[in-house]
Amino acid sequence: MSVLAYLIPISLLLGGGALAAFVYTVRSNQYDDPEGDSRRILSDEWDDQPKP
Amino acid sequence: MTAQMRPAMAVCPGCVAASTEAVETAPTEARLALSLPTIHCQACISKVERGLNAHPGIHSARVNLTLKRALIEADPEVRADDLIPVLADLGFEAHELDLATLAATQSDRAGRDLLMRLAVAGFASMNVMLLSVSVWSGASDATRDMFHWISAAIAFPAVIFAGKPFFTNAWSALRVGRLNMDVPIVLALVLALVTSLWETSLSGDHAYFDAALTLTFFLLAGRYLDYRTRAVARSAAEELAALEVPRAIRMEDDTEVEVPVADLAYGDLILVRPGGRMPVDGVIATGESELDRSLLTGETLPVFAAPGTQVSAGEVNLTGPLVVRAEAVGEDTSLHRMADLVAIAESGRSRYTSLADSAAKLYAPGVHILSALAFVGWYLYTFDLRMALNIAAAVLIITCPCALGLAVPAVTTAASGRLFKKGMLIKHSTALERLAGVDTVVFDKTGTLTTGTPQLENLEVFTRAELEIALALAEGSSHPLSRALTAAARTAGIAPTDVTDLQERPGFGTQGQYMGRTVRLGRAAWLGADQGSQTAAWLDTGEGAAPRGFLFHDALRPGAAEAVAQLHAAGKEVLLISGDTTAAVEDLAQRLGIQKWLAEALPEDKAERIQSLSDRGHKVLMVGDGLNDTAALTAAHVSISPASALDAARVASDIVLLGQDLEPIAEACIVANKATKRIRENFRIATLYNVIAVPLAIAGFATPLIAALAMSSSSITVSLNALRLK
Repeated sequence: MSVLAYLIPISLLLGGGALAAFVYTVRSNQYDDPEGDSRRILSDEWDDQPKP
Repeated sequence: MTAQMRPAMAVCPGCVAASTEAVETAPTEARLALSLPTIHCQACISKVERGLNAHPGIHSARVNLTLKRALIEADPEVRADDLIPVLADLGFEAHELDLATLAATQSDRAGRDLLMRLAVAGFASMNVMLLSVSVWSGASDATRDMFHWISAAIAFPAVIFAGKPFFTNAWSALRVGRLNMDVPIVLALVLALVTSLWETSLSGDHAYFDAALTLTFFLLAGRYLDYRTRAVARSAAEELAALEVPRAIRMEDDTEVEVPVADLAYGDLILVRPGGRMPVDGVIATGESELDRSLLTGETLPVFAAPGTQVSAGEVNLTGPLVVRAEAVGEDTSLHRMADLVAIAESGRSRYTSLADSAAKLYAPGVHILSALAFVGWYLYTFDLRMALNIAAAVLIITCPCALGLAVPAVTTAASGRLFKKGMLIKHSTALERLAGVDTVVFDKTGTLTTGTPQLENLEVFTRAELEIALALAEGSSHPLSRALTAAARTAGIAPTDVTDLQERPGFGTQGQYMGRTVRLGRAAWLGADQGSQTAAWLDTGEGAAPRGFLFHDALRPGAAEAVAQLHAAGKEVLLISGDTTAAVEDLAQRLGIQKWLAEALPEDKAERIQSLSDRGHKVLMVGDGLNDTAALTAAHVSISPASALDAARVASDIVLLGQDLEPIAEACIVANKATKRIRENFRIATLYNVIAVPLAIAGFATPLIAALAMSSSSITVSLNALRLK
């Protein structure tokens, strides 16, 4: 059962990582324009270099 | 939106530096917002952004496709009026939006807050559920205790953070000595956590950490759905308000200065161009024109206006430029005085208790009494405090209004989404429930059943020569009647004849020279004709014959006839109440097959009529757009106004029709009925689960596994039942 000592922290860390990632996406306004963002990826306008 | 929230992005140091720079340069920048109703694809985004960024003075432009808006940062001298033609050249319709009105939508903090709490609750409940599953499937002794302790370590901070909305709500209710749905929730959460911790410290079998967290998660999901529905409606309503940018042209020493309406003062001279709306109450100083008062009074006949005529805010100037001396501004205008009438109507409105509230009223005391009885009963039976407390906690958790919390929001979200697609905006949270009970529908005429644009009736009684002269005269004017005449004559294949010296006499009509004779088209009084009850423009061909009238009627709004027919078919009583003349109202009532109508009604009459209908036990739906309807809209059980209505009318109504078409009204009633049926069904499902699970809990057979199963399955059933509405 000593494997639990590794597995539980690992599962908590993974879950916590996902939570942190979600918090980051909310804070950086990534849900403001879901429709526009899903379309923008189809545009080839800034394919060569990032938008300044 | 992006620019405003930037400082919060502390994750990337470069961005913080960039944003401080932007703040420092802010005073030299103007922020503009444009509504772009026709954009729909990635090509549109690039086209608009490229077009706007190429315009001199623009620093950056970003399109938001979800909201169909462009946000622009530019030099202060760049105005939205300059950009609209740029976009029109690219093939996009654009309207300016008032950023101050939109500000509320932009900082959507409450929504983010709820979403964040929902995420924390979801994360914590998943982890704790994993640990609990291993406990249920047989972990024992030290392992079980360790799992319980880890669960406690996750559950306590998570519930304290995620459950904050419930704690504050419950506290504010308890402070004034009332019970709401949140009080049993909080009690269940606290009791579950405390007894579980106690059990864990005594290495007991049962801990309810997972139940406390799933409870928080499901309830927050309900809250979030509820919030989203209302936020969508609110932001769309705000966008409608923001489309009316309140500006006026003030005359300062013979120069025209564009100023916000809020800056106007008593005695200011204000220029109102043809087609413009009066921003203030006042007296005409110079100029002659005609005024359209239909939004205020419902009359379709334009009124002659000359120096000395009193005007009220909201009237539309039709032909000539007018200079108005302001006599009442802002709060004192007749527009705002109408608000008093609305306040009176509001106080008379029977307070509607939503289904959820009436359920909570029955439910909250019931739960407390039940769990208190279970506690006292078991304590007296066994004198074991630990066991009695455990059972009381189990009863509270199982009865907790998980499904009840989802029952209403899930249904209203589904129904509002469906109606939004049909072009209806549900502004009020209980509007759907109220709409379901409606048995009488009252329509306003001008601007609601009719579009307010005139249509020529009697083209065929004129000779071709007369029509050619009339068309030549009408083309020289932008008056709505002239435009209607032009359109009708053009479709009939008439070409204008050669009329010279064409000149428009604002407020009177147009005149010109034709074969040495003076020909005139205009108001009855100007030509010496007798103005009947119907809207008409008169033609004098200069041959000495009496002038003859072109008669107009108001064009029906698309879907008006269908909506009335469908409402009749659904067994609802349809009434027409208008401020317009008897003849006009009677004519329309006959065209639409409405038996009961009332003409020349003052705003007070409308509200009173609706009040008396409600007193007789009818549930009245009012559909109106004018300022004269606002009191009636407020007095009615539920109200709908078209998007073209004045701001005041839209604010007073519960539902806004976004499109031109009236037909969705009948469908909305059907959807509302279905939605209310689903809500009741959901309540029944939730009750059924309780009826099965509560005796188990009271008898002491409830384990955390049973609690988790009962809670999740009832919540999921309720949500699925709500989705059937789609």
